[in-house]
Amino acid sequence: MAEAMIEFLSVTKQYQGGQPAVDNLSMSIDQGAITVFVGPSGCGKTTSLRMINRMVEPTSGTITVAGRDVSAEPAARLRRSMGYVMQSAGLMPHRTVLDNVATVPRLNGVPKKEARRRAAELLDVVGLASGLGRRYPSQLSGGQQQRVGVARALAADPPVLLMDEPFSAVDPVVRDELQQELLRLQRELAKTIVFVTHDIDEATVLGDKVAVFAVGGRLAQYAAPEEILRAPANDFVASFVGRDRGFRRLSFNSADSIRLHPAKTVDAAAAAGGNSEWALVLDDDSRPLGWASPRDGGGLVPGGSLFRPGDSLRRALDAALSSPSGLGVAVDGDGRLAGVLKAEEILALIEESRRLREEPA
Amino acid sequence: MNPFADTFAWLASPANWGGSGGIAVRLLEHLQYSALVLAIAAAIAMPLGLYIGHTGRGRVAAVAVAGALRALPTLGLLVLFALLAGSGLMPPVWALVILTVPPLLAGSYAGISSVDPAVVDGARAMGMTELQILFRVELPNGLPVLAGGVRTAVLQVIATVSVVAYLPLGGLGRYLFDGLVLQDFPRMLGGSLLIAALAIAVDLILAAGQRMILSPGLSTDSRGGRRPAEDLAAAAPAGPDLQGGTP
Repeated sequence: MAEAMIEFLSVTKQYQGGQPAVDNLSMSIDQGAITVFVGPSGCGKTTSLRMINRMVEPTSGTITVAGRDVSAEPAARLRRSMGYVMQSAGLMPHRTVLDNVATVPRLNGVPKKEARRRAAELLDVVGLASGLGRRYPSQLSGGQQQRVGVARALAADPPVLLMDEPFSAVDPVVRDELQQELLRLQRELAKTIVFVTHDIDEATVLGDKVAVFAVGGRLAQYAAPEEILRAPANDFVASFVGRDRGFRRLSFNSADSIRLHPAKTVDAAAAAGGNSEWALVLDDDSRPLGWASPRDGGGLVPGGSLFRPGDSLRRALDAALSSPSGLGVAVDGDGRLAGVLKAEEILALIEESRRLREEPA
Repeated sequence: MNPFADTFAWLASPANWGGSGGIAVRLLEHLQYSALVLAIAAAIAMPLGLYIGHTGRGRVAAVAVAGALRALPTLGLLVLFALLAGSGLMPPVWALVILTVPPLLAGSYAGISSVDPAVVDGARAMGMTELQILFRVELPNGLPVLAGGVRTAVLQVIATVSVVAYLPLGGLGRYLFDGLVLQDFPRMLGGSLLIAALAIAVDLILAAGQRMILSPGLSTDSRGGRRPAEDLAAAAPAGPDLQGGTP
């Protein structure tokens, strides 16, 4: 078991004359892991997050970070000891990107030159070109601003990172990029991250553990994402997790044992001519370009998603289902053809792993 | 004779510029009165405006009081203060202070509250103290709106400080009241032209000063400052290293 970094002990937040936003919450958050708070609007997930760095003061109960009661320290100093990333990057418009990133070290008394040097390093860490440091936030795209927000939160190298729906205002492609980037960063940095989102997909992709909040700040389920998808604790969690949960859960199943079949391949020139059956078109480096159609005149049909080494059963099944020929294309690490997958074999593998789980241990 | 030609002759005559009652001395007096009024009014209005803008407390009361003060008649207030407090410089100055507080208060309050709440929230979450938030975040970002209030107040003071000549004190207003009594039209028109020119000159200086201290990061959607578009073109990033994408 991982060690607890943050603990909520019977924490309640009650605003005047209303239902409690957070009701008697007790939970412990693992050190060095990503814990995701997920739930519908008004479920108290953001309030709970903001109580950790005292942006919101609890009505009753105690929160400890690394064993120390957060209310024992002046709020401003407490906040400087944690990174915070918010939905609308919240960068200061009048300061350059570099100075925005250097904010917390400067508040901690680090000399300007050193703080800026560190800030420039961090831009690199979050994947931004160093030339962007001299720009102002209004000159960046939404995705770039969010990266700067992450760099700013990391600037003082805090052990705890609080992220409040940081990726919900960017488009899906950029969001996917930022999520992968966060996972990459986390593999290097191993921070204790608390991440708030209303998107169950994001929660299962990012979370080592997921806390599903019900309205009124009650903790409906707190478990690994795979368990939440496989065994929702109650109807609320089941309905919140949504109707694709069976398919989504395949993300957590390894597809290493899947069988790859040799594929019928042609080169680009041959694809133009007629074919008797679907054939995979390859370039000179044997990277797949698409499929040659067996219908009149042939021609190149765009392929489906690709299955790469280490991908989950979800990716494998999607590769097969999205392919025009019904055969999923598997490639190696360099993008060269490794073989093709058959949907019925993937389904057989899923059934087999279900049967394995049913057998008494 | 043409009164405009006479006015021009009056303004151009070196005799009218020198001496103890000359234009140069009146101009200086005018600026001194204006500066005194503005300094006192700012000392009252700015801290109050910053406090209200930052905390949101007392907003309703401030708007009501500022509105009521604005409705007071200038000359009436001036005479009232002179009658109550006697002659001298300070009674009319206090009367003008009362009239100058509202635009300064409204400007500073509106400037601070014009700052995006998400930016303030971010600054607080980074661990800034309330004073650091006010002076390092809200003030520089609220500056465009705040400076608007200050410039309005300055223009108003330079125009209305003329009335102290009624009491009678110095300043460029002397020419208006003296010209009226003497039926000297060129002197009156010349005096009002000088006041208008002074107001415009001071406003231009303030505009230039504002442009100098305003962060280029804030000028994206205003006319002033460096054009960010040029910066963007100059610093055009290499596309691929920003993408870092997933397959």
